[in-house]
Amino acid sequence: MAIVLCRIDDRLVHGQVVIGWGRAMGIDLIILVDDQVAASDWEQELYRMAVTPEIEVSFVTMADAARQLPEWQANGKRGLVLTGDLETMAALRASNPEVVQKINLGGIHHRAGRRERLPFIYLTDPELGALQALEAGGAVITAQDLPTTVPVALKALG
Amino acid sequence: MSEELRGVVVCHGALAGALVEAAEQISGLNGVLVPVSNTGCDRDTLEDRVRAAVNGQPAVVFVDLASGSCLVAVLKRLRSEQLVKVVTGVNLAMLVDFVFHRSLSPDEAATRAAAAGEKSIRIP
Repeated sequence: MAIVLCRIDDRLVHGQVVIGWGRAMGIDLIILVDDQVAASDWEQELYRMAVTPEIEVSFVTMADAARQLPEWQANGKRGLVLTGDLETMAALRASNPEVVQKINLGGIHHRAGRRERLPFIYLTDPELGALQALEAGGAVITAQDLPTTVPVALKALG
Repeated sequence: MSEELRGVVVCHGALAGALVEAAEQISGLNGVLVPVSNTGCDRDTLEDRVRAAVNGQPAVVFVDLASGSCLVAVLKRLRSEQLVKVVTGVNLAMLVDFVFHRSLSPDEAATRAAAAGEKSIRIP
């Protein structure tokens, strides 16, 4: 198959990702793109505990992910690319816009300066602007925490 | 132990608050368990909530799932703390046992509570 979901979720690998999306989409490879986790064996073990045995997990740096996107897109696995922040996903899209074409905003939670757009999406105005720029460049961006909920278009978050 | 243990309950959604409320109703002991929810916070905020709840004291931290965001936050913040023990799969039976045994060491209280929790799982 290919990469079937590119998701931004600041909780990284957790129940919504593995159970919610993993089962519904038949995911068999989760690719967590996070430089910090890629450098920490014990954090990888923690996140691996959240994943059912039939799903493979790969922990990679941003640089490695950019190199491997074409390979993941071409192999026979249904892959989910996961980042913890907007910047990493934007960099992935810049490296390979054909693969990272649709972006799912799955969980971006409250921090100082961010405003609630949806109960699971908080963004500063510059962050919203960065997403709008991605969409203007051809990306399709929706907010949706679970596959059973209705996707919300980026323009509705402004 | 000269200081009684603190109990912290870390769960998804409203579960921790409900478990603590129920444990207080059964035991009659109020204010000895601190609930922490992961609702509405990212990893850093959840880790801060956990750290604030433990407050640097000897404690047993109860977590709902043996994986996921709650456990990750707890272990990232507390894995190096010698006087904090973590028990996963929290249920009401283990909390009720714990609140009456807070003068034990964290190791002993955690082991006891886990055993009480396991014992309460039956198919009657």
